Amino acid sequence: MADFTNGPRGPKPKKSFSRANIFLYGTLIMVSMYYLLPLYVMIVTSLKGMPEIRLGNVFGPPMEITFQPWVKAWSQACTGINCEGLSRGFGNSVRILIPSVFLSIVIASINGYALSNWKFKGSEVFFTILIIGAFIPYQTMLYPIVIMLRESGDSLTAFVRFFYADAPKVQLMGSLSGLVIVHTVFGMPILTLLFRNYFASVPEELFKAARVDGAGFWQIYFQIMLPMALPIFVVAIILQVTGIWNDFLFGVIYSKPDTYPMTVQLNNIVNSVQGVKEYNVNMAATLLTGLVPLIIYFASGKLFVRGIAAGAVKG
Amino acid sequence: MTVAPDPPSLPAKRPSRLLKNWMAKVASIPMILTALVVFVGGTTWTVVYSFTGSRMLPKTNWVGLDQYERLWESDRWIISITNLGIYGVCSMILTLVAGFCLAACLDRKIRFESAFRTIFLYPFALSFVVTGLVWQWILNPQFGLQSVVRGWGWDTFTFNPLNDPNTVIYGILIAGLWQGTGLIMCIMLAGLRGIDEDIWKAARVDGIGTIKTYVVVIIPMMRPVFITSLVLIASGIIKLYDLVVAQTGGGPGLASEVPAKYVIEYMFRAQNLGQGFAASTMMLCSVVIILIPWAYLEFGGRKRG
Repeated sequence: MADFTNGPRGPKPKKSFSRANIFLYGTLIMVSMYYLLPLYVMIVTSLKGMPEIRLGNVFGPPMEITFQPWVKAWSQACTGINCEGLSRGFGNSVRILIPSVFLSIVIASINGYALSNWKFKGSEVFFTILIIGAFIPYQTMLYPIVIMLRESGDSLTAFVRFFYADAPKVQLMGSLSGLVIVHTVFGMPILTLLFRNYFASVPEELFKAARVDGAGFWQIYFQIMLPMALPIFVVAIILQVTGIWNDFLFGVIYSKPDTYPMTVQLNNIVNSVQGVKEYNVNMAATLLTGLVPLIIYFASGKLFVRGIAAGAVKG
Repeated sequence: MTVAPDPPSLPAKRPSRLLKNWMAKVASIPMILTALVVFVGGTTWTVVYSFTGSRMLPKTNWVGLDQYERLWESDRWIISITNLGIYGVCSMILTLVAGFCLAACLDRKIRFESAFRTIFLYPFALSFVVTGLVWQWILNPQFGLQSVVRGWGWDTFTFNPLNDPNTVIYGILIAGLWQGTGLIMCIMLAGLRGIDEDIWKAARVDGIGTIKTYVVVIIPMMRPVFITSLVLIASGIIKLYDLVVAQTGGGPGLASEVPAKYVIEYMFRAQNLGQGFAASTMMLCSVVIILIPWAYLEFGGRKRG
């Protein structure tokens, strides 16, 4: 795919106030307003008090700025009988995010490296299955994974108890580690593709020279490939952090209320039927959940685009 | 450690086929397990168990196509499919048109291009849950858009899509488009930038207008980009779940149900696994129907790079 971040070519247009240009910028500005409106509404609503919201002017700036909704969303908002706010979901999401991102990228980078430099019989077949698998609706795999997690949890327990009779039960289903496994599995197709394509673009002479010098699988990986692939690691991290943070489906299926990630908890807080609806608190909570991917997006700029251009193959 | 790298350089004596390159094989175990056990195994398991009468737990009491018959007789499934159809067709057309137009606007050598691009793409970084909740709030009839317009003096203005069973899916569409067009715009822009500048010069020499050049020359040249975009949009549409849950919860009543939600409701809430398996197998079928022609167009005949 061509890199469009280089910008347009040729000289800048001379007439900047032609009718066509006014029309062009007018359209773009109108569309931009549609895109920016929800962000703006989220921010202003979360800074208003409830009496002001009841006046019904959702687009008006707050007359009196209050940070109370943010505090409440973070530490007091209720889901059912539990009133701890979003902070617990945030903690869970962070504890899911860090190991998932690390594990999925480590595994995928090694896969990509093996697939491009150490092809073995059948490696392309597995890779093709992996890529096709990325298109299978998750719904067809949800329940078998429940069984797999439960069974492997039980076998692990039996294994550990073989050595330490009073070891605690290993829970994969409904625990954070189970979710980490699920994210690693479902992140694998796109990340493997990303790394495979990158390593395939590395000149083969480099690899052969290292082979002649007697370097093995891991030596070449750690000393040659890894240092060269740092930019693609950054792309992969951006891709995974936003993807895992935004996940809702796996969070809802493979976790319990104690281990709900932030998106699930957010949905439960806002869509709970009990009590008076506090729209300002809801919007503060929504904004808080969206903050992490937004910061990554605005900070990473072109790298984010590169990540989705790679992700475009997966969809 | 490891032996020969690739078939071309065959060493004089090879220990055994299986041991050759063994470290790469060991390192690929997670990938092989994922591909075979989770993707192939899991999918096959679900398809096989969709022919059983499993309820709370998966059982092997074969019932043939019963689950599918029940599925297609269920009003809820029909509503889900209809909704997905409406959402799918509208979102496909509108995303393609809007994505292409925005990309074409951005390609006209304008100022602040990267600022506009950043604005159009940022929703894509957000979670569907966030998108759904924001638009639920904006479309809130009591305090949202409707009340603002009424406040301007237009007392009879009605725009309340989320509470009307007939229009709720369009309310979801507004949010879905907001989130999804940025990505397609980016892909289209990449396609437009890949087109040779000389084409434009030639069109200008021939005296073809800008819009006509787009329609007659540029769009046909961008066929592969359009196909990629279509596959992307289609696979996103089938996955539609989080947005609906967050924005409407499937309501009012069952008016905004979608297949992905149907599957999860039956599998994990209604304790009716067989129905869930049958519905998810139908989802799989729809993906296969979309993917096969695409794979044929994309990879048929020529070798993959």
